[in-house]
Amino acid sequence: MRKKEMIGMLLAGGQGSRLGVLTAEKAKPAVYFGGKYKIIDFPLSNCVNSGVDTIGVLTQYQPLSLHKHVGIGIPWDLDRRSGGVTMLSPHVKGETGEWYSGTANAIYQNIQFIDAYDPEYVLVLGTDHIYKMDYSAMLDFHKANNCVATIAVMEVSRDEATRMGIMNADANDKVYEFEEKPKNPKSNLASMGIYIFTWKTLREALIKDNPIHHDSDFGKHIIPMILESGENMYAYRYNAYWRDVGTIEAYWDTNMELVKTVPAFNLYDDFCKIYTQEEHQPPMYTGPDSEVTASLVSCGCEIYGAVHNCVLGPDVIVGEGSVVRESIIMPGCKIGKNCKLDRVIIDSSAEIGDGVTMGGGENTPNADKPNVYFTGITVIAEETVVPGGLTIGKNCVIQGRTEASMYPGGELKSGGSVIVEGVEL
Amino acid sequence: MKAVGIILAGGNNERLGDLTLLRATAAMPIGSCYRTIDFTISNMSNSGISKVAVITQYNSRSLHDHLSSAKWWDLGRKQGGLFVFTPFISSDNSFWFRGTADSIYQNLSFLRRSNEPYVVLTSGDTVYKMDYNKVIEAHIKKGSDITVVSRHMEPEFDLRLYGVMETDGDGRVLDFDEKPLEPAGNLVSLGVYVISRSLLVKLLETVIAEGRYDFVRDVICRYRKKLKIQSYNFDGGYWRAINSVKAYYNVNMDFLKKEVRDIFFKTEPYIETKPKDEPPAKLNSGAHLRNALVGSGCIINGTVENSVLFRKITSNDNTVIRGSIIMEGCLIGKDCVIENAVLDKEVILGDGKHIIGSPDKPMIVRKGSVL
Repeated sequence: MRKKEMIGMLLAGGQGSRLGVLTAEKAKPAVYFGGKYKIIDFPLSNCVNSGVDTIGVLTQYQPLSLHKHVGIGIPWDLDRRSGGVTMLSPHVKGETGEWYSGTANAIYQNIQFIDAYDPEYVLVLGTDHIYKMDYSAMLDFHKANNCVATIAVMEVSRDEATRMGIMNADANDKVYEFEEKPKNPKSNLASMGIYIFTWKTLREALIKDNPIHHDSDFGKHIIPMILESGENMYAYRYNAYWRDVGTIEAYWDTNMELVKTVPAFNLYDDFCKIYTQEEHQPPMYTGPDSEVTASLVSCGCEIYGAVHNCVLGPDVIVGEGSVVRESIIMPGCKIGKNCKLDRVIIDSSAEIGDGVTMGGGENTPNADKPNVYFTGITVIAEETVVPGGLTIGKNCVIQGRTEASMYPGGELKSGGSVIVEGVEL
Repeated sequence: MKAVGIILAGGNNERLGDLTLLRATAAMPIGSCYRTIDFTISNMSNSGISKVAVITQYNSRSLHDHLSSAKWWDLGRKQGGLFVFTPFISSDNSFWFRGTADSIYQNLSFLRRSNEPYVVLTSGDTVYKMDYNKVIEAHIKKGSDITVVSRHMEPEFDLRLYGVMETDGDGRVLDFDEKPLEPAGNLVSLGVYVISRSLLVKLLETVIAEGRYDFVRDVICRYRKKLKIQSYNFDGGYWRAINSVKAYYNVNMDFLKKEVRDIFFKTEPYIETKPKDEPPAKLNSGAHLRNALVGSGCIINGTVENSVLFRKITSNDNTVIRGSIIMEGCLIGKDCVIENAVLDKEVILGDGKHIIGSPDKPMIVRKGSVL
């Protein structure tokens, strides 16, 4: 195998349970974002744009849609003779199988994969964030400071710092301590979950830590271990756009930022594009009586009604007389005629019948999962069917092929859920 | 049945004026994101034809750019795949392609080295969706020597721009007139032929040796009595040739019709094209779109009505675009009015410019113009 200077390892196994039904059937990195993209497209495209052409994607939770999406990496030009993209799922070894029990454990279990490319450096990335970053600049920083580990950090407010992993560093940004969600943060440098390690050092640390912590984790175990050894670990400051989309509210907010006239995050520049898998890419169409303003509309959409402040994925159809506001509609959804949708997230291939009203009424948190759905946003899971004529409130959740009889009085009050379990086979 | 495909994409049509100044007709942008040749290549691929030759000659740079990788059509293969042939100089040949038959003849090794029994021969400058397997099936069933796909054209088309055929009751071609001054009937050839590979090789060797170089004139017309040339009817389907500025304008405008969009955008198998990785279209708060097609990567601030916009176009505040075709990469300033116009790629319009044509004679702005 040809030697590579740096290879990328993307941790894409997490569920992201705070995204509720959006991650019921797929891992968080496979959730759509910004219309046509999936969350994983951002770190994956960043790798390619940074010259990293050998990438392992570690999957575990509901990997099917991720594996289908990434495939052999054609949209990212990762279909290569040497390197390219490899999907790495947990597998049976010896007598029994072993799940990825922690972030570092997942890398530990793939030491053979990394060794095959004999890299000097390994880039380890989470896959839950929306940003553009040149990892090659970070690698230059890593080399210049003679580091064994470099951790990308962002300055955050004191309040945010209590909810994140904080790097305590000296005046030169040399890290001396890592604190996970500190009550009294000593610094405002939050880890972005982007690490460059010198492979030799990381490899030793992983092997050393494996018998000690079965659930070996970068933040909890590996970084403290490297710090203890006294070798150079630096914080790499980053101050451009970077967003966590791990909650319904953050996911909705981050999508909505894209529709502003001058968005904080630029998808439209030519030299640092985000790539994604597309089946085909016909234009979007707006009908003779349509109104579309302040929205992102992906290819293949057909809009006959009104769409304001929305992010629409590919092939969405909005029927005549419907008014959709401040909503995220993912690929392949069909919205019937004369619907009125406010602040809803509809996952892919859902069908909303004619005359459905959603997102009105009191802002009552969801009865079953009040800590997931409480900001007034109603969420419809993928491939859900919502029959026509219903009135659906705020913070509601609907999943599965529902029927009119499941909505007493043709209504689902705010905070209600209708979940039809199981997949039709 | 197994077949190889040949797409004749060499031509330039002087009727397209400035639009083909810098590109072959096959590379003309169509329907917001395609080039004309995408339709034929996708038809080949979707019909299970996995070995396709594109023969090109006139101003082929943009076509080469478009075909630089064949994987978008599932034709990036070890076995078969996409072959692009341009004229070349060798020790015994220094000619340009002297005609359509000659262009295939000069690449005869492509046919000789294949083992598929049939050849689907098409042109690259038409817009349609067709399953060639059905044509091959009919070809075999009828025991034909050559099958020509044909269609009765609607009265509004100028038949003097087409190949007009006459057939007997069973569909056998009796007469074939290329671009006739006085067309007999409205049955036109779509430029799609099925012929057995061995017969095609034999015919080409014969006609070239006689100094004849045109496939339609010197093979189809000349051999119409000697061979069994059969017509295959495609009346129900959408088919348009890009053979004039007006035709080009109308074909693009056809995509505003639901029935046409349903054929090409909503029904599998899809027409594929080279992806450009543009983000979704962004329609800002002042946008006002009615009956419009908008490609990816556009940023629209003004009004767009009854128009087809390709990818990556920016139109600024209070600009009105009506009845127009705006190609990829155009940058349009504020307070412009564009009516019944075709803006070729990468046109830059300053603030307050007016570009007004008529539906019968759309105003054409050349590629890369800065106004």
